[in-house]
Amino acid sequence: MVSLKNKDIISIRDFTKEEILYALNMAMEMEERSYPELLKGKVLATLFFEPSTRTRMSFESAMKLLGGEVISFAEPSATSLVKGESLKDAVKIIEGYSDIIVIRHFLEGAPRLTADTVNIPVINAGDGANQHPTQTFLDLYTILRAKGSLEGLSVGFLGDLKYGRTVHSLAYALAHFPCQMLFISPPSLRMPAYQLEELRERGVKYSEHSSFEEVCHRLDVLYCTRIQQERFADPVEYEKVKGTYRLSKSLVEGLKVKPDFKILHPLPRVDEMDESLDETPYAVYFQQARSGIPVRKALLAAILGAK
Amino acid sequence: MRQLQVSAIKDGTVIDHIDSKSTFKVASILNIPAESRLILVGMNLSSRQLGKKGIIKIEGKVLNQEEANKIALIAPNATLNIIKNFEVVEKRRVSLPEELVGIVKCFNPNCISNHERIQTRLKVVKKAPVRLRCHYCERTMEGEDIELL
Repeated sequence: MVSLKNKDIISIRDFTKEEILYALNMAMEMEERSYPELLKGKVLATLFFEPSTRTRMSFESAMKLLGGEVISFAEPSATSLVKGESLKDAVKIIEGYSDIIVIRHFLEGAPRLTADTVNIPVINAGDGANQHPTQTFLDLYTILRAKGSLEGLSVGFLGDLKYGRTVHSLAYALAHFPCQMLFISPPSLRMPAYQLEELRERGVKYSEHSSFEEVCHRLDVLYCTRIQQERFADPVEYEKVKGTYRLSKSLVEGLKVKPDFKILHPLPRVDEMDESLDETPYAVYFQQARSGIPVRKALLAAILGAK
Repeated sequence: MRQLQVSAIKDGTVIDHIDSKSTFKVASILNIPAESRLILVGMNLSSRQLGKKGIIKIEGKVLNQEEANKIALIAPNATLNIIKNFEVVEKRRVSLPEELVGIVKCFNPNCISNHERIQTRLKVVKKAPVRLRCHYCERTMEGEDIELL
């Protein structure tokens, strides 16, 4: 029987297909019913060493909706870490104050080190360019809600596939389900070779493209991402690729997309997705953002053993 | 009788067929400078297989496979000869372990292992060519990116 009790949520790589489906089913239950006392008496410590508004508020809201308490520090500069204390020492102390830790850190691997150090469950809320597993869970949840299943889909990934951590994690997770992946990007922002090799080894059927228009008729789902200016050391390189893709209502309606075609985006967006798309039946990215609450409620409840 | 360029030991371990220029790195990984036993180290010995090879002889200690595997990354051709009463009683080859602890530096400057006082942990995801994945930041590295500590 699947159980996530006491499991750390550090990387989507740590989850089996069964565990993923278990969490997604629990998220559906969380959306249908409220459990205002489920985590009563439990304390969540949020350690955000990097600014974040939405992820942090989403975790805090999820915990409070389940009756739990939240503690956090005002800002990293107010902690003893600026006095040279190691992360290991800091989290060992915080372990004594809480039942679960949610950590976001600018250094990659900091959540894994935290999980190795403490005996309470740890959730990674983003570590640099590495992982943001709860985002992947809510991406999967959105696809599941929109399409009814994760099996047998044709999923397009568009934009910055080289640096986009959400793309790498989602592709990894979707590889558990037989599906077709189409990677659409400028040549300089293609999926890294090692990611493609890993997908090949796992038996995923994929193809690479540079034009959205050429392949859009094949897609059930499009996962659109922003080309992140901050990833480019050379501004000239950014100028070359920015604005490569500009999806709009008129563009999509003028193409032969499937009638139940859906577009996801982890947000924030820049100019790759026009606001005219927001009111079309294709857009599910605001539902995706709202899925953060049921998904995080489910994960908190599951690893604290309340469900 | 062939004369040995590095004297024989009575009981212990001979690590042979080390790529000559890696001899001191192998010694360092096995923490040999801290040993109080008799250790004989030879470099630039002629070898049909490697051209020039290194050899390390440790008196009074039988290296177990786990210890020996730590050197597989830099001395993939190394052989381990277990010596008892001047005779080779067992020959073994080294093979890469599943995880390298405290041997390889993570090449990602943004990895926590390059900022905290912790041992690096690299999982071996592929043996030929060697590809490693950092336990902490999950970045994979191969070829020139693999740097010993």
